[in-house]
Amino acid sequence: MDLFIQQVLAGLANGAIYAGVALAVVMIYQAIDHFNFAQGEMAMFSTYIAWAMLNGGLPYWLAFVATVVVSFLGGLALERIVFKPIQNAPALSHVIVFIGLLAIFNSMAGFIWEFTIKPFPSPFPSAPLFGNTLIGTHQVGMIGVTLIMLALIWVFFRYTDTGLAMRAAAANPDSARLVGVRVGWMLALGWGLAAAIGAVAGMLIAPVVFLEPNMMAGILLYGFAGAIVGGANSPAGAVLGGFLVGVIENLLGTFVPWIGNELKLSVALVLIIVVLVVRPSGLMGQRVVSRV
Amino acid sequence: MAALLEVAGLEAFYGQTQALHGIAFALEEGSLTTILGANGAGKTTTLRAICGMVRVRGEVRLLGERIDGRATEDVVRRGIAHVPEGRGTFVRLQVEENLRLGALTRRDRARIAEDFERVYHYFPRLKERRHQQAGTLSGGEQQMLAVARALMMRPRLMLLDEPSFGLAPLLTQELFGILARIKQDEKVSMLLVEQNAALALGLADHAYLLETGRVVMSGLAADIREDENVRKSYLGY
Repeated sequence: MDLFIQQVLAGLANGAIYAGVALAVVMIYQAIDHFNFAQGEMAMFSTYIAWAMLNGGLPYWLAFVATVVVSFLGGLALERIVFKPIQNAPALSHVIVFIGLLAIFNSMAGFIWEFTIKPFPSPFPSAPLFGNTLIGTHQVGMIGVTLIMLALIWVFFRYTDTGLAMRAAAANPDSARLVGVRVGWMLALGWGLAAAIGAVAGMLIAPVVFLEPNMMAGILLYGFAGAIVGGANSPAGAVLGGFLVGVIENLLGTFVPWIGNELKLSVALVLIIVVLVVRPSGLMGQRVVSRV
Repeated sequence: MAALLEVAGLEAFYGQTQALHGIAFALEEGSLTTILGANGAGKTTTLRAICGMVRVRGEVRLLGERIDGRATEDVVRRGIAHVPEGRGTFVRLQVEENLRLGALTRRDRARIAEDFERVYHYFPRLKERRHQQAGTLSGGEQQMLAVARALMMRPRLMLLDEPSFGLAPLLTQELFGILARIKQDEKVSMLLVEQNAALALGLADHAYLLETGRVVMSGLAADIREDENVRKSYLGY
């Protein structure tokens, strides 16, 4: 029984990271209907920026906040410089640019900071929380920080005018323009937010998987799975999906012997396929019906 | 004094297709002008052209200032509220959020709260349903929401695109009654596009008749209403 609870908790901790990545993916998907394949590498790059700041002697939480701000601005700039010019281009052009960005961020990180694996510090103490044996303190911190971030984002979208304008721009761009919303800038804000959320996820998971240019490859896959399970056009669904994927992956890896650690990643792929076949709109997503 | 809205030599294009062939009209502050015409005459396109939603040539002036060629959101921010064809409801947002969006560009934060009450006074049913998802409203209620959203902008000029479309006759009557009250109480100018000519002429001060992208007749709404020949040959009633 202890093992079961342990694995569920560990799944929730990983799931918090997947939820963050899924949310970042959905943030952009809602606005432009494409999955950002470079989301993981963007988060990885942000984590390297944090690492550089920490190496420069900045205290952890200052570096944390500074990285979030820099990532936000970076995401904003990325949309304005790279994606605004191709906003009316076909889907395939977007996919190619996503893959291009993925390769660029990956090799730039390796070029600047080398491909060797680096340790990344956790802001949380290594002693177990209240002496429990079920879950590590960093795992609790991962869940906690993610939940705080989600709450802030929820408040932003629910109660601020800018959040409302962003929702309007994503749901119905033509109508949004007719009430004076600057739709293009809302899109850029969405990219900024996605980059900032990704940065948080990257900094939280780096102490677990260690820092290296490919650290987010598997995690992005779990994030995609989370987004699809929850519903690719529902932010709340993406978060739920992320946590679910974390728990399912961990339980299957532990209790189904032939899956084990080796086939864990395949669980994400199988989940994606099953959901797309059985219920393409995901748990909380809305079916989009279009007249042709 | 310059007219509130002045349109001269306006042409509009969808790709290679030209939809307006140099139309001209003016709209005085505080007046209600209607644009009538058959399907495909260019009524909707005229409204879209004013708001920068289609490619245009020619001039559109708001209080003497050129607004053609500007982005839609900039035209809107100058005080033109467009109630679009199909109502443009944000279906997944709450009714109240739809209204908040109408007031998004306003600076006078303090007066927005009282405008909610003002708008609910015209449309009490929206108040009852203010926390519902707007997509769950009936067609008539969504049309009222669209007008209410436009009012929240405190616009100088409202562009109304076929507000009667898809509504039951009784609802249409109710809506036009409210529009008449709004016109009187709010002193907002309106440019109304309608298929239902009898209804529109009853409300309007001036009328323009469009045919295949050209103005073929214009005058006081009362005169056109009385002219049996025009009614029979153009308006079909």
